[in-house]
Amino acid sequence: MKIALLGNPNTGKSSVFNSLTGLRQHISNFPGVTVEVKKGSLTHNGKTVEITDFPGTYSIYPRSLDEEIVYKVLADPRHTDYPDLAVVVADATNLERNLFLFTQIYDLGIPSILVLNMADVAERRGKIIDTQKIEARFPGTVIVQTNARIGLGMDRLKNAITAHSLQKPEQSFVDDFRFCPIDDANCQGEQATLRYERIHALLKEVESVREDAKYRSSALDRILVHPVWGYLIFAGILLVIFQFIFSFANYPMDLIDEGVTQLSTLLDASLPPGILTDLLVEGIVPGVGGIVIFVPQIALLFFFISLLEESGYLARVVFIMDRLMRPLGLNGKSVVPLMSSVACAIPGVMAARVIPDWKERLTTILVAPLMSCSARIPVYTLLIAMVIPERTVWGIFNLQGLVFFGLYFLGLFSALIVAFIIHKLMRSRSRSFLIMELPSYKLPRLRNVGLNVLEKVRLFVTGAGKIILAISIILWALAKFGPGDRMETATAELRASSEFRSLTPEQQKQHITSVKLENSYIGILGKGIEPVIRPLGYDWKIGIALITSFAAREVFVGSLATIYSVHDDGEENHGLIERMKRETFPDGTKVYSLATGVSLMVFYVYAMQCMATLAVVRRETRSWKWPVVQVAYLGVLAYLGSWISYMLLS
Amino acid sequence: MLLSESAIGRTVRVALIDESPLKPKLIEMGIVSDRILKVLFRAPFGDPIAVQVGDSVLSLRRDEAGLIRVTEPDLATAS
Repeated sequence: MKIALLGNPNTGKSSVFNSLTGLRQHISNFPGVTVEVKKGSLTHNGKTVEITDFPGTYSIYPRSLDEEIVYKVLADPRHTDYPDLAVVVADATNLERNLFLFTQIYDLGIPSILVLNMADVAERRGKIIDTQKIEARFPGTVIVQTNARIGLGMDRLKNAITAHSLQKPEQSFVDDFRFCPIDDANCQGEQATLRYERIHALLKEVESVREDAKYRSSALDRILVHPVWGYLIFAGILLVIFQFIFSFANYPMDLIDEGVTQLSTLLDASLPPGILTDLLVEGIVPGVGGIVIFVPQIALLFFFISLLEESGYLARVVFIMDRLMRPLGLNGKSVVPLMSSVACAIPGVMAARVIPDWKERLTTILVAPLMSCSARIPVYTLLIAMVIPERTVWGIFNLQGLVFFGLYFLGLFSALIVAFIIHKLMRSRSRSFLIMELPSYKLPRLRNVGLNVLEKVRLFVTGAGKIILAISIILWALAKFGPGDRMETATAELRASSEFRSLTPEQQKQHITSVKLENSYIGILGKGIEPVIRPLGYDWKIGIALITSFAAREVFVGSLATIYSVHDDGEENHGLIERMKRETFPDGTKVYSLATGVSLMVFYVYAMQCMATLAVVRRETRSWKWPVVQVAYLGVLAYLGSWISYMLLS
Repeated sequence: MLLSESAIGRTVRVALIDESPLKPKLIEMGIVSDRILKVLFRAPFGDPIAVQVGDSVLSLRRDEAGLIRVTEPDLATAS
């Protein structure tokens, strides 16, 4: 039996879903739409049912991309996900607007259960609801009162689901109900007016409201949307979040890094040598490690974002940021995607779905990769340690820290400028809007937050993971093999040199790896692009590292370690930095001068090197056009930016 | 009078919503004729505004609120 879980946003729908299905949840793609929905199963009284958690929506007619799916499924009884039973979660403290969606679904002839959530809260606020009268008005519908936050009434709901007669409503609630086409605003408007008239009439019969039960404006709102305090508090919260992401995520990340290295070493030692072992040890294990390493930061960021969302605060952030974002062609709702992109652009791009206007949504997606993501941190750290002296400026600031901050700021600043340019260049398809509910403040439920974090991590690992892994394997093959016997010849030459024999066995091994890499396909590729990147201050070795960055940007560091035949200690990189400082161009000048270092940093701020993000952008915009535009404009910015910095500093 | 011109703290009655692609969305959110609205607070820079509609609070940009024509509520029938 298929069950659709529907309801307005902020009604406790996800609490209901989590209570019903627990951890038996998975993400599922719908045919024909790019939006994932959560599905879960419930076994109760010997019956197992499949529950689909649809995005929260106020109406069956969609106003944004993530709401479209509700219309697509409910409009088509032959759809594979068309429900046998609809469970509509309604907030009992706001029955009027919640009944709007419920009666629409009822009028579509879908058997339904109406969940009056927070009925106890409504009662405490002086609202008495006569459920028997409502049931009498909707024959076939079962009403269940719950408080999903504290788990009240969940057994009753489970019983109601498994015992439902699945009888279809015979009469519609609105007399001349019509199912309007998706783009017929007149029809939808007329139907909505009629529906509210009927609901108002119904509520007079079934709901009694004490006079003092009216909504009171929260004192919190006076502070949180205050012109000064509002922004200061938001800035403070951001500071705390990023402090967590940057400092505390390091501990689990170091553990993962160490674990991956040890696993590689262990596998290398215990498996018979051969191409498959190499693939495993050099390709697959580091590839998987390169995905897992981001999990702590992504989990932490989404932990905070869900916390803010659940509490109702995030809507206030959108509220105070909208006016600032609008002149740039963005929406108040762009704040969350851009914040997410600081951990990783992939969940950021996906979070842009909640922006109803296509142009604002596309702009947000196009600039999201400019926010410096966590994969850039190891690159920035290495380059800063190498070319920026560690000293105090203006008495209190650490110069290296200042440059690090500057790179983040450069990304953010560029994102806003680019958004503004897109805004000026592109015509709008529709009218943008911000008709949004400001939900009342609630204490976040840790269970909901936890499950949300789990879902986001799973999306990242399965979505981005596959691509990162595939590219890691391709790059491994390109680095492992070379044309003809070129690699063998070069290795033999190296072994024959007198210099080689004076090295320790460890150094010999590293030199062989380096020479092999130089003569592999990827080495040839690196040399091939040298004329193009030479004006930026890079040599072919940096070229190789740039190419390998397409799997994930932080691979840059590991590639350099291989190229310079030093041990990649994965953390302080002392050996690597010492070795890189000695590196010279054929003419004897230092490669890693201040100019080249800064030029590389600027390159990494801008360049669109993440294939996984491109794949997600393609999926979200349903066209190759936008990822191509993104690669092109970011490529131009990266090249020009690096070239200018190199010219200015050399 | 337009909703966007109403002062903070004012209670008004919806008279008419101008024709616009946003009209069905506004109606769906509960802004129908004769509805009593209360302007609660504004964002910094005066835009958007927060309006109480029944038991919920909606954020509306000024130009969205400008689609909604309102009158003084007749106190005798206000509910």
